[in-house]
Amino acid sequence: MRSRAGWTSSRTTRHLIFPPVDQALGPMLEVDGLRTSFRTPRGVVRAVDGVSLGLDRGRTLGIVGETGSGKTMLARSIMGLLPAGGRDRLGVERSGTVRFAGHDLTGLPPAQLRQVWGTQIAMVFQDPMTALNPVVRVGRQITESLRLRMGMGRSDAKETALALLSSVGIADPGRHLRSYPHELSGGMRQRVMIAIAIACGPRLLLADEPTTGLDVTIQAQILDLLADLQRERSMAMVLVTHDLGVVAGRADETAVMYAGRIVEQAATAELFAHPLMPYSQALLAAIPRLADAAGTRPKPIPGRPPDLASLAPGCRFAPRCPYARERCREADPPLVEAGSGHRFACWYPLSLEDADTPASDLGDSQGEA
Amino acid sequence: MEGSQPAGTPNQPVGTPTGIRNQPAGTGTEGGNGKEILRVEHLVVEYGPRRRRVHAVSDVSFLMAEGETLGLVGESGSGKSTTGRAIAHVQPPTSGHVYFDGIDLGGLSTGRLRRARTQIQMVFQDPISSLNPRRRVRDIVAEPLAIWNTGTAAQRAQRAAAMLEAVGIDPVTVGQRRPQQLSGGQCQRVSIARALMLEPRLLVCDEPVSALDVSVQAQILNLLADLKEQHGFTMLFIAHDLAVVKSISDRVAVMYLGKLCELAPADTLYDAPLHPYTAALISSVPSPDPERGPRTPLAGRTAGMAGTGPVAAALANEVPSPLHPPSGCRFRTRCAYAATLCAREEPPMRQLAPDHFVACHFPLAH
Ligand SMILES: Nc1ncnc2c1ncn2[C@@H]1O[C@H](COP(=O)(O)OP(=O)(O)OP(=O)(O)O)[C@@H](O)[C@H]1O
Ligand SMILES: Nc1ncnc2c1ncn2[C@@H]1O[C@H](COP(=O)(O)OP(=O)(O)O)[C@@H](O)[C@H]1O
Ligand code: SF4
Ligand code: SF4
Ligand SMILES: [Mg+2]
Ligand SMILES: [Mg+2]
Repeated sequence: MRSRAGWTSSRTTRHLIFPPVDQALGPMLEVDGLRTSFRTPRGVVRAVDGVSLGLDRGRTLGIVGETGSGKTMLARSIMGLLPAGGRDRLGVERSGTVRFAGHDLTGLPPAQLRQVWGTQIAMVFQDPMTALNPVVRVGRQITESLRLRMGMGRSDAKETALALLSSVGIADPGRHLRSYPHELSGGMRQRVMIAIAIACGPRLLLADEPTTGLDVTIQAQILDLLADLQRERSMAMVLVTHDLGVVAGRADETAVMYAGRIVEQAATAELFAHPLMPYSQALLAAIPRLADAAGTRPKPIPGRPPDLASLAPGCRFAPRCPYARERCREADPPLVEAGSGHRFACWYPLSLEDADTPASDLGDSQGEA
Repeated sequence: MEGSQPAGTPNQPVGTPTGIRNQPAGTGTEGGNGKEILRVEHLVVEYGPRRRRVHAVSDVSFLMAEGETLGLVGESGSGKSTTGRAIAHVQPPTSGHVYFDGIDLGGLSTGRLRRARTQIQMVFQDPISSLNPRRRVRDIVAEPLAIWNTGTAAQRAQRAAAMLEAVGIDPVTVGQRRPQQLSGGQCQRVSIARALMLEPRLLVCDEPVSALDVSVQAQILNLLADLKEQHGFTMLFIAHDLAVVKSISDRVAVMYLGKLCELAPADTLYDAPLHPYTAALISSVPSPDPERGPRTPLAGRTAGMAGTGPVAAALANEVPSPLHPPSGCRFRTRCAYAATLCAREEPPMRQLAPDHFVACHFPLAH
């Protein structure tokens, strides 16, 4: 299975091409101009369209956005784990650079990339049922990678697997090592996925909706577990979710994606308190909140995200944006910095919305950040 | 335990927890005119053979007032959907009674039950699979009228078109598509249109927005609230998302392992929960307000927000199997306040305030 490509055998052990990351200087992850597009019969679908971001070790970057905005494709593109061209897809292309601990991953041959997967960078997939191998017992899915990548013996690997399963909160791990994925509840499968992802102590975890669809109680447990792991191992995490409550409590920084691009990024508290881009504001208003009085209606965003195969010129949010003006339909606003790391892509950012001068003309004085 | 108490007549229920019997259903809330429309008494639904019997719903009783929206929350497997299906008599109860407008649905002949059921309609979580894939949207929506032979074909088509319009679907273009050609939100609109065609008095919505994206979810929640205002139906709104339920409900009931734990007006339940389970559930919800959240210290690095305090910490334990629910209070294996009494005796549903009901030996103080 594609998603388990990381398990392909490799007789080498970890740190073969990378120095211990703790000794590496600079950001853990630097993504520059990342683009991923699918050639489809309908035209080119730009799922990820020029994304740049950085992430330091031990930190969490949340990625939010509506369905289809490219969150999963961004995570997969960083990992270098793209779907192969299928029946109705003519091909997939990626460009831009992904540097991990200072090393460019985009140029690595597949064999070397596979050494990075699991031991350095791991991914928790959105749908655990398709990511787990249905005909292999849970225990073997964990021990296999421990033996191949960490060079562990059979009994060591089994012991580690037991410890991993109990660390992700699975009661009676001995019994569940012998279970098949379909015998587990959704929450347990999700936890098994996380156990597999963290088995080899990755330095970067790409977690794609790790708790979506789970009960809030289990969700809290899983997110607590991930936070503990981050603290213990200085693991950096990209946390993809559509749940703004989850990023609010768990992400140091949050990036908002729309139609394949990052349209705003800031420290989480800053972004939630002072969104500059109208789409971020609309997304925040669309979720019902526990703090609101009963009967408070959420505000939907009118319309739908654009078709990525036929994008109109100008700002991609313009057809749905209450503040759109002429200029928005003509030119695409670039992602600019408002100070203290707050980036946004909008000609008329919110705090300046009354001022008639477009933001880009204001130079460095723009924004309130 | 379940089914041990004899069921009474609709007017004088025997053995109904006193709270429920005296319940001034729906009073004190904006929704509901205080007139009882639904009465659920000692509802029990079990699945499977004797040795592997799943106690999905065990002795659940409550009232609904005409025009109100009652939210039903709880973790997965707590029996919410089963309760909804039993009320709509899609799944007949193992025992207990569902009175709709004072009439015991279980006592009706097949024909009369069929007729009565037109007044109770359901909307499901998975919009695509709940619609017939081979039919066009406009036929799907007109079908209930066709089944009941209401009006001419032209009249039915006209009413279907009007209903599609009302739920925000273009009857001409989208009306001739089939379900697979629609988005999740469009499918859910079609399900709602179909459910409303026979002008039901009670709409049971089982996780109607759980599968939808944030913005579409807000659209459907608003649509349901608008339609309710126009048509004046009563709504049982089942969902596991506590914030979603709060946004739409007049009153909220909390279920755990087949039992009702607490029932109160929405604001009261969220502001001052009396049952430890309700409190734990609420405190597990991650707040989308990084600074204002109830327990989001955001000190230095993130983390540590949920799962703080004894209440949420206890929820770390697994939910017991519904095959062998714990004795006494079913929540006791995860309850931070459990005492010996909790294992021995099942806490009855009690009325602790005019419209606040709770089943706990040691309700929380506020
Ligand atoms: N294999 C593929 N072939 C063609 N287009 C694809 C493929 N995979 C994804 N896409 C398109 O790329 C875009 C981004 O998809 P992606 O799965 O990254 O969205 P997402 O933000 O993760 O959404 P969700 O919240 O639903 O998970 C979408 O328009 C999607 O239709
Ligand atoms: N058709 C069925 N057959 C057997 N068990 C079922 C069936 N439907 C539900 N259950 C069981 O009944 C319990 C309650 O389920 P359900 O009403 O679907 O809960 P909820 O909607 O709250 O998630 C669960 O333990 C579930 O596994
Ligand atoms: S650039 Fe214009 S259309 Fe785009 S978000 Fe800003 S105001 Fe709206
Ligand atoms: S009855 Fe006892 S175990 Fe049950 S919720 Fe109350 S205190 Fe907890
Ligand atoms: Mg995704
Ligand atoms: Mg359900």
